[in-house]
Amino acid sequence: MSIKTTLLAGAAALMLGSTAAFAGGNLIYCSEGSPEGFDPALFTAGTTFDASSQPIYNRLMEFETGTTNVIPGLAESVDVSDDGLEYTFRLRKGVRFHSNAEFTPTRDFNADDVIFTFDRQMNPDNPYNKVSGGTWEYFAGMGMGDLIKEIVKVDDYTVKFVLNYPEAPFVANMAMDFASIMSKEYADAMLAAGTPEKLNTAPIGTGPFQFVAYQKDAVIRYKANPDYWRGKADIDNLIFAITPDASVRYQKLKAGECQIMPYPNPADIEAMKADPEVVVLEQEGLNVGYLAYNTRQKPFDNPKVRKALNMAIDKQAIIDVVFQGSGQVAKNPIPPTMWSYNDAIQDDPYDPEAAKKMLEEAGVKDLSMKIWAMPVQRPYNPNARRMAELIQEDFAKIGVKVEIVSYEWGEYLSRSKDLDRDGAVLLGWTGDNGDPDNFLAVLLGCDGVGASNRAQWCYKPFDDLIRKAKTISDKAERTRLYEEAQVIFKEQAPWATIAHSVVYMPMRPEVKGYKVHPLGSHIFYGVSLER
Amino acid sequence: MLGYFLSRLLTFVPTFFGVTLISFAFIRVLPGDPIIVMAGERGLSEERYNELVRQFGFDKSILSQYIDYLGGVLQGDLGQSFVTKKPVWDEFFSLFPATLELSIAAMIFAVALGIPAGVIAAVYRGKLPDRVLMSSALVGYSMPIFWWALLLIILFSGMLGWTPVSGRISLLYYFEPVTGFMLIDSLLSGQEGAFRSALSHLILPTIVLGTIPLAVIARQTRSAMLEVLGEDYIRTARAKGLPPARVNGVHALRNALIPVVTVIGLMVGTLLAGAILTETIFSWPGIGKWMVDSIFRRDYPVVQGGLLLIASMVMIVNLTVDLLYGLINPKIRRR
Repeated sequence: MSIKTTLLAGAAALMLGSTAAFAGGNLIYCSEGSPEGFDPALFTAGTTFDASSQPIYNRLMEFETGTTNVIPGLAESVDVSDDGLEYTFRLRKGVRFHSNAEFTPTRDFNADDVIFTFDRQMNPDNPYNKVSGGTWEYFAGMGMGDLIKEIVKVDDYTVKFVLNYPEAPFVANMAMDFASIMSKEYADAMLAAGTPEKLNTAPIGTGPFQFVAYQKDAVIRYKANPDYWRGKADIDNLIFAITPDASVRYQKLKAGECQIMPYPNPADIEAMKADPEVVVLEQEGLNVGYLAYNTRQKPFDNPKVRKALNMAIDKQAIIDVVFQGSGQVAKNPIPPTMWSYNDAIQDDPYDPEAAKKMLEEAGVKDLSMKIWAMPVQRPYNPNARRMAELIQEDFAKIGVKVEIVSYEWGEYLSRSKDLDRDGAVLLGWTGDNGDPDNFLAVLLGCDGVGASNRAQWCYKPFDDLIRKAKTISDKAERTRLYEEAQVIFKEQAPWATIAHSVVYMPMRPEVKGYKVHPLGSHIFYGVSLER
Repeated sequence: MLGYFLSRLLTFVPTFFGVTLISFAFIRVLPGDPIIVMAGERGLSEERYNELVRQFGFDKSILSQYIDYLGGVLQGDLGQSFVTKKPVWDEFFSLFPATLELSIAAMIFAVALGIPAGVIAAVYRGKLPDRVLMSSALVGYSMPIFWWALLLIILFSGMLGWTPVSGRISLLYYFEPVTGFMLIDSLLSGQEGAFRSALSHLILPTIVLGTIPLAVIARQTRSAMLEVLGEDYIRTARAKGLPPARVNGVHALRNALIPVVTVIGLMVGTLLAGAILTETIFSWPGIGKWMVDSIFRRDYPVVQGGLLLIASMVMIVNLTVDLLYGLINPKIRRR
C-alpha cells in the first residue's frame, strides 16, 4: 500500500466515525417506504411508526414485544381510581433524552414532558398545536380529546389523567405510537430558535436508538443510545435501506445488502423457506378481513339469510387463491393473537346444500345482490376483486346472483358508510392497541352505525356487553364479557368473517432475537447479530 | 435575433400559466377526497372532517383556491405537502439531483451506443449487422421496464454478484450531500471506494432507463443516415476518393445528426416517464417515485407543484433548443 492510499484509508476510517464499529454491529433493514416524518403523533402510517416511535421514543406504557400485553414503559406503575376516571402514572427516574448537534438535555425526563406531549395535541393554544400542520389524526381518531378532561402534574414524577367517562382501554391507548413522549426542553429550545419543525425532522427521544440522518426514499440512520434505560442495544448502528419493491428487497437480502425485510411477496415465500440463507418467521397479523352485509337492507336484516350466505362461502379456497396461503380462516371478528379470543366458537361449516335450504326456509328466492370490492391492497385483503369473484361463484351455487362493484378508495370508504348502502361490502381492520374494544366497539357497536360499523348493525344484547366491558378495568371480567359478545356475533352473523393475514418476516440466519410483533411494528431493540 | 428571442420568451408566459391551471385541475379531477384517503378505514367524525377542510382551505371556492395557489407560485411558494408537512420546493430539490444524475447517465449511455449502432446499421443496410441491430432495437423499445430491471437484477446482482441490487451507494459510506449528485459527492467525500461504489450502483439503472432511448436513437440515426447517404454530395465525396470511414463518419454523420439531436431533446419526457418505474425498482430516491406516491395519496400540493416544476423544466429545455436552432440556422430565426 502506498503512503497516499494509507493516508486515504486512514482519513476514510476517521470520517466514517469508526470503521470497526460499522463492521461490528450494523443491522440493515430493507424497509418498504419512506416515513412521513419522525413525530409519531402527526402521522398514521405503520412505516412511519417503525422509523420513529419504535426506535427513537418510549411511551408511558408499552406493548411487550411479540405480544399485545401492556407493560410499564416510562411510567413505573399506574393506579386507577375505583370509579375508573383517574389514572395516576408514577414516572421512571433517571431517564435521559438523546442529544444532537443543537441540543443537549440539562435535565432528566419528568412530568413536564408528559404534559407537553399531550397538551400540544389537545390544546389549540399550545404553540406546537399547529406546527408541521399538526392534525393529530390518531389522537383525534381514538377520541382522546373527548375522553381526557385534564392532565394534572402532581409532582415532578407523578402525572394524573382525569377522564370524562370510564374507558378501560385507556392504558393500552397510552402505549400507542401517538402517545410517544417528547422532550419539552427540546421543544422549547427549538421554538426559541425559530425552528419548531425540527421536533419532527431532527427527533429527540428517550428510546433505544438515536436518530442520525435521513435521506428521503434512500436511507435512515440511527445509532444505539448508550444511556438507554433498559440497557444499550446489542447492535451499534441501525440502518433502514428504503426499498419499495418486494422482489428487490428479497434480492438485497440474498446478496447480504440487508439482513432483514418486511412484507415479502406471497409468491416468494416458498422459495425463501427453501433458501438456506434466509430464515422466515411467521405470525398471524392483528387484523381481520370481512364481508359486511347491510343489516338494515332486506333481506339481509334477517340473521338466517346472513347465516345461510356465510355457509355458502368456501373460505379455504379464498385463503389458497387470494392469500396464496399467507392467511388463516377467520371465525371471530377479532384475531387469535388478541386476548379474549373465543376459541370455543365453531365456525359455520361450508355447506352449499344446507345454505340453499336455509335460504328457502327464510322465504328468499331469486336473490340478487351487490358485493363491493375495494380497489386497494390491504394486509387483511391482498386482492379484493379476486375475493369478490370467488364469493360470486360460491353464491351462484346457491342461486344468488352477485354484481361486483367498486369505487376509488376514498369514495369507497365514504359511500360504504351510507345507512341505505346497497349491498355487502368487503373491508377489514388492523388493530391499534391490542384491545378487543378496538375491534368490537369500533366495528360492531351501535355508535359506529353510519360510520365504522359497515354492517349498520345495532344489536342491543351485543352492544350492552361491550359497553359494560369498556367501563371495567378487571381484565378477567372483561375477557368473559367479550367472549360472550363473540358468541352473539356468531349467532347474528352481521359479517362473514373471512381471514386474518399471516405476517412473514424473512431475515438472514445471523439475525438473532427478532420477534414478530402482533401490532405490526418492526422492533429492533433486543436483536443481535451472530458473527 | 433579439426580436426572435423576445417572441419565444413571450410564448413561454401563457404556457406557464396554462401549466399552473392544468396541474391545479388535474389532481382535483381525480376522484377521491384527500382527507378521507388520509383517514383510511379508521374514518373521522363529521366535525373533524370539516375542521380539516378548513385547515386545508377546501372550504373556499375553487377559483379562490386557484388564485391562492397562483399567488403562492408567483412568490416562489409551492405550498406544503399534506403528508410530510414539508415545503414542496425543499422536497423537490432534495430529490431532483438523483433523477437528473440517472437521466444524464442514461442519455450518455443511449447516445454513446445508439449513434454508432445506427451508423453501422445504415452502412450495412439489409445485411446481417443491420438486421441484428435493428431487431435488438425493436426488442429494447418494447421491453417492459419493470421486467427488464428485475431480469438484470436477478442475473447480474443475484446470480453473478457483479453489481449491487439497489440504492445509490453502499450504506457503509456516509456523508452529507453537497451537490446531490452521488458521483460528485462521493469524490468530494474523499472516502476510499465511495466513487467506485456509487458508479457500480449506477450501472443497472442506467441500462434500464437508457434502453428505450437507445433503441429510438439507433433507429433514428439509421434512417437519417440512409437519407443522407443518398445525397449528391456524398456521391461526390466518394467519387473524390475519400476513404469510406471519412465519408460516413464525417460528411454523412454530421448532417444526419440534426434530426437525431431533435429526437434526443424530445426524449426528456420519455426519460422522466421511465424514471418513475426505474426509480421504484432500484430504490432510487428521485422525483419519479415521489410524484407517484403523491398521486396515490392525493397530496394536492406535491402533485401540482411537482407537475409545474417538471413542466417548467421541459419548457426551458425546449426554449433553449429553439433559441439554439435560431443561432445555428438563420432560416428559422426569420420565420
